[in-house]
Amino acid sequence: MAHIFTEANFQAEVLSSPVPVLVDFWAEWCGPCRVLGPIIEEIASEVDESKLKIGKVNVDQNAHLSTEHRVLSIPTMLIFKGGQEVGKIVGSMPKEELLAKLAPYLA
Amino acid sequence: MHNTIIIGSGPAGWTAAIYAARADLKPMVFEGYEPGGQLMTTTEVENFPGFEHGIQGPDLMSVMRKQAKRFETEIISAMVDSVKQIDGGFEVVSKGQTYQSKTVILSTGATARRLGLESEKALYGNGVSACATCDGFFFKGKNVIIVGGGDSAMEEATFLTRFAEKVFIVHRREEFRASKIMQERVKANSKIELILNSEVIEILGVDVGHVTGVKLRNTVSGETSEMNIDGVFASIGHEPNVALVKGLVDLDEKGYVKTIPGTSQTNIKGLFACGDVQDSRYRQAITAAGSGCMAALDVEKFLAGHE
Ligand SMILES: Cc1cc2nc3c(=O)[nH]c(=O)nc-3n(C[C@H](O)[C@H](O)[C@H](O)COP(=O)(O)OP(=O)(O)OC[C@H]3O[C@@H](n4cnc5c(N)ncnc54)[C@H](O)[C@@H]3O)c2cc1C
Repeated sequence: MAHIFTEANFQAEVLSSPVPVLVDFWAEWCGPCRVLGPIIEEIASEVDESKLKIGKVNVDQNAHLSTEHRVLSIPTMLIFKGGQEVGKIVGSMPKEELLAKLAPYLA
Repeated sequence: MHNTIIIGSGPAGWTAAIYAARADLKPMVFEGYEPGGQLMTTTEVENFPGFEHGIQGPDLMSVMRKQAKRFETEIISAMVDSVKQIDGGFEVVSKGQTYQSKTVILSTGATARRLGLESEKALYGNGVSACATCDGFFFKGKNVIIVGGGDSAMEEATFLTRFAEKVFIVHRREEFRASKIMQERVKANSKIELILNSEVIEILGVDVGHVTGVKLRNTVSGETSEMNIDGVFASIGHEPNVALVKGLVDLDEKGYVKTIPGTSQTNIKGLFACGDVQDSRYRQAITAAGSGCMAALDVEKFLAGHE
């Protein structure tokens, strides 16, 4: 299952994580997010958590996080490594394509 | 060999699948890059019959998919890369895999047109948006531009005023194409301002990684000017997704797939088209669904005639 990240646990779960983290910013009212959601869940259940941790941020409940990380469109996936944003993927896409973009982190 | 392969998973594709599956044709559907089609990017659909109080676009598409699945539809979550004619049917290629089918139903729909600027591409997701309902939220208290002059531009401008401080509608001409009622709604909204006879020729902010403004050109005087802005939305119409069949089937003068009036038949035997890809006129979910039904019935008849 994908992790749930919030303003309260973002520092501990994402920024201080020893492994890279993929964060999917989403909302209930965003159609493309609802397409991507199950794909994120599937990938989360398949990848090795010691390589890449995967979770979601609901922008409705965590508006500060989207502002702070300059998310202006959803779905947006940010990749953090050592507390730094190292990647940004915007928009929904098929699973294979997303996996290809994540390949550098899964190797 | 499959009986029928349906390309696209909007209202046209799912309706075709429901009919074909119920006729025991065991259809195969390729969902493509945008599973569920255009309605996935909207909120409330108020005019699809059967839903007294409206239904959310993504919810409507999700039940259509379930309904198709219930009647033995094989669903493949991938794009089709090519379609060609072979003896007795068609060869469809997706992700290096080849599928053969006696018939093909093309329901690839339409895609929102972009402004076509380099700076637009560079700033996509960083202030440039293709989906007002998805991204309006991020422009609370900010100033945004919406480019366009039709009903959907007016609708999106009105929607964006829920969040934005100011919404500027930039339109190339003096007059809007939009219906009177939509225009009046926009003109009565104090948060909306019109910038007529103007076009966006560049989006500024590539150097800092997010939209900071736009460069406008007056279409009458040719003068250019810059204005500060936080977000840019485009609502300048749609293009039919015909790339797959270009060179294979006849297109009409607007670039849509040509069908024999009153049917879904293209000029290629066994290749049927339905929904927005062949309809420049109505472009509604219900007409797309209706034509999807026509395509499935046309396929059924075509196959019966060949047995
Ligand atoms: C913001 C918005 C709001 C709207 N609101 C309404 C409304 O309230 N009421 C209404 O009736 N209509 C509305 N419409 C119009 C309606 O969405 C369309 O008329 C309808 O979706 C067309 O259906 P379709 O099945 O032809 O194609 P689409 O919905 O465009 O779907 C096309 C499908 O084809 C697939 N595809 C494309 N190329 C390929 C390929 N190479 N291989 C595989 N698959 C492919 C895509 O992935 C997609 O699934 C709205 C449209 C938009 C954009």
